Amino acid sequence: MNRLIQAARILLATLREIFDEAAYERFLSRTQTASSPGAYAAFREEFEESKTRRPKCC
Amino acid sequence: MNKTASIFAWLAVGLLGAAAVGVIAVRRGEPINALWLVVAATCCYALGYRFYSKFIAAKILALDAHRATPAERLENGRDFLVTNKWVVFGHHFAAIAGPGPLVGPVLAAQFGYLPGTMWVLAGAVFAGCVQDFVILLFSVRRDGKSLTEMAKEEIGRVGGFVAYTAVIAILVILLGVAALIVVNALKDSPWGTFTIAMTIPIALLMGLYLRRIRPGKVLEVSVLGFILVLLAIWGGQWASQNPAMVRAFTLQGTTLAKLIIVYGFAASALPVWLLLAPRDYLSTFVKLGTIALLGIGIVVLHPTLHMPALTRFVDGSGPVFAGKIFPFAFITIACGAISGFHSLISSGTTPKLIARETQTRMVGYGAMMAESAVAVMAIIAACVLQPGVYFAINSPAGVVGQTAAAATATISSWGFPVTAADMQALAHAVGEQTLFNRTGGAPAFAVGMAHIFSQSLGGAAVMALWYHFAVMFEALFILTILDAGTRVARFMIQDALGHIYKPLGRTSWYPSILATSALVVGAWGFFLWQGVKDPLGGINSLWPLFGIANQLLATVALCVATTIIIKMHRTRYAAVTLVPLAWLVAVTFTASWHKILDPNPRVGFLAQAQVLATGPATKATARLIFNNRLDAAVTAVLVVMVALVLIESVRQWIAVLSGREEARVKEAPFVMTRLADERG
Repeated sequence: MNRLIQAARILLATLREIFDEAAYERFLSRTQTASSPGAYAAFREEFEESKTRRPKCC
Repeated sequence: MNKTASIFAWLAVGLLGAAAVGVIAVRRGEPINALWLVVAATCCYALGYRFYSKFIAAKILALDAHRATPAERLENGRDFLVTNKWVVFGHHFAAIAGPGPLVGPVLAAQFGYLPGTMWVLAGAVFAGCVQDFVILLFSVRRDGKSLTEMAKEEIGRVGGFVAYTAVIAILVILLGVAALIVVNALKDSPWGTFTIAMTIPIALLMGLYLRRIRPGKVLEVSVLGFILVLLAIWGGQWASQNPAMVRAFTLQGTTLAKLIIVYGFAASALPVWLLLAPRDYLSTFVKLGTIALLGIGIVVLHPTLHMPALTRFVDGSGPVFAGKIFPFAFITIACGAISGFHSLISSGTTPKLIARETQTRMVGYGAMMAESAVAVMAIIAACVLQPGVYFAINSPAGVVGQTAAAATATISSWGFPVTAADMQALAHAVGEQTLFNRTGGAPAFAVGMAHIFSQSLGGAAVMALWYHFAVMFEALFILTILDAGTRVARFMIQDALGHIYKPLGRTSWYPSILATSALVVGAWGFFLWQGVKDPLGGINSLWPLFGIANQLLATVALCVATTIIIKMHRTRYAAVTLVPLAWLVAVTFTASWHKILDPNPRVGFLAQAQVLATGPATKATARLIFNNRLDAAVTAVLVVMVALVLIESVRQWIAVLSGREEARVKEAPFVMTRLADERG
C-alpha cells in the first residue's frame, strides 16, 4: 500500500513538473509572493523565453 | 534474487524474446497476433536495458554517482534544478514523444509489419537509446551544453555550424510536413475540422482561466480543457449532419493550408500565455493519456495483424511513398528507432535537471525505449487494418486513380482485395464522406486506433467518436508542434540575426518578431503548399526529406559522441556509437542519392522535374519543376554539410589516435556531490 501511495505521489509530482505547476510554486517561494493573477503573469513572463525555446521532438 | 535465479530469469527472457522475434520474422501466409510484437518488444527492451546500457554505463561512460551534476552545482530554481529521477523521466519522455513515432511506422507499414518492427526494435536498442543516453551524459558533464555547442568544442566550428543549420532545416521541413498531415486528415471532413477549430477558443479560454481565474492551476484547467474537447468531438457529429455547418466546415486542402499558415503566424506572434501555452498543456495531457490508453487497449484486446509480414512493395514501387526497403524504411521510421532531434532534448532541458550521473541511463536510454514502444503501437494500429483498406486510405489519387472504382480495382490487382462498398461502409462508420486518398498516415492510424478502441469500449456504434478522437489527438499534437516549433525556429534565427544587427536579436522587439515569424512561417508554408499541390500527395517527397534531415542530425550527434569517446581513451569501445554512425551514413547518403539522382521519377526529384519539363507547359508544371529542383538542392546541401562534419570528425580521430593532437575532453571539473547518499 505504501508503495502504491509513493508511486501515486511520484506520478503527481511528474505531472506537476510537466505542467509547470511545480515551477510556479518555486517561483512563488523564491519571490516570496502569494498566488495572484499578477504573480502568475510575472511567472509566465520570466519563464516565457526559456520555456518556448525548448525544442519538442517530432 | 540470488545469482543463479537471476541468470535463469534473464535466460527465460532471452528465449521468450527470441521465440517472439522468430515468429514475427518467419511466419508467412497467415495473420499473427499483435501480442507477438508486444512480447518481442518487451523482451528486447528488457535485455537491452539490463545488459547493453549497463555495459555502456560501466565500460565507456564510467558513470559516477559521486560527481556533482550541473543541476546541483548551478542550481538556480529555474533551468538548473535537482529533480526526482522519475519526474525527469516523465519530463524527458513528454518532450521526445511527438507525432513522428506514430506517423513514420504507419507509412512504413506499406512494406509489411516485419521491416518496421525489426528496425524499431534493433534501431532503438543499438542506436536511438544509445544516442540519447551518451549525448545526455556528455551534456551533463559539460554544464548542460547544447549539441551545437558540443559539436563546436569537440569537432570544430564546422560541426557547430552544420548542427545549427541542420536543426533549422529539420524544423522547417518538419513543420511543413506536419502541417500537411493535418491538412490531409481534415480536408473534406466537417467533423474533424469543427473539432480542431473548437480547440482554438478552448485554448484561449484556458489561457484566460489560468491568467485571471485560477492562476497556475494547469492540471485543473487541462482536465477542464479535455472535457471541453470531448464535447467538441461530440459536437462535431452534430456539425457533420447540419447542412449549414457542413458547408462552413467542409474545406479543401488549399483552404486549410492557408488557414494553418495564418494560424502559425498568429501563434508565433501572439503572447505565449494566450494561445501557445494552454494548447501545449492540453496537447500534452491528451498525448500522455491517449498513449497509455492505446497501450492498454492493445495488450487487453491483442488484435490480429492483417497486413502480411512483407508486401510486394519492398521492391520500391509502393503507393504510399516510392523507394526500396533499403534505405527508405530506415529514414521513414525515425523517431521510433533513432531520431537526431532527440539529441537536442538530451542536450537541452533534461541535463539541467538530472541529480546523479547514474540516472542518465534510466532517463536517456529508458525514455527512448518508451518512445520506441509507442512506435510499435503505431505499427500494430496500422497493421490491424485489412491491407486493402490501408492502401485505399494511404494511396494518393495520382497513383491509384481518381474514382473509388478505379482505386479499388488498382489496389485489388495488387493482391489486397477491397471494394468501393467496403470503403463506403467504413467511411460511414467513422462519420466521414470518404476515406480514399487520405494520405499522410494520420487518418490510417486513426482508423486503426478506432478499430482497436471500439472493440472494447462501445462497439461499432461509437467507432465514429473514436475515429474523431484519434484525429483530434493527432491534429492537436501536430498543431502544438507547429506553434512551438515556429517559435523555436524564430528564436534561433533571431539569435543569428542579432550578430548582424543587434535589435533583430531582441525577442521582444515587434518588428523583429513579425519579420522572423513571417520568415519561418513562409519557409514551412512553402513546403506545405508544395505538398498540398503535389499530385502524388506531397508525403511521397516531403516525408523522406524530413527523414533524411532528421537522420543527418543523428549522424552529427553520433560524430560528436564518437569523438568524445575516442578523446576519453575508450577507443576499444567506440564501435558502440561508430556502428550506428556507419549505418546512418549508409542509409542517409544512399537515400539522398536516390532522392536527388534516381532515374525513377517517383523517387528522384530531378527525374520528376525532367518528366514534368517534357510534358505540357503550364503554370502549375513550372511550379512543380521548381519545387522538385529545390528539394534536390536542399537534400544536396544537407548531405554536403554532414559530409564535412564527418570528414572533420575523422580528421580529429586520426589526429588523436596517432598522437598528433592531445586528447583533451572539455568537461567541467570534477566536484564531489553534497547530495544525500542515494545512488539512483
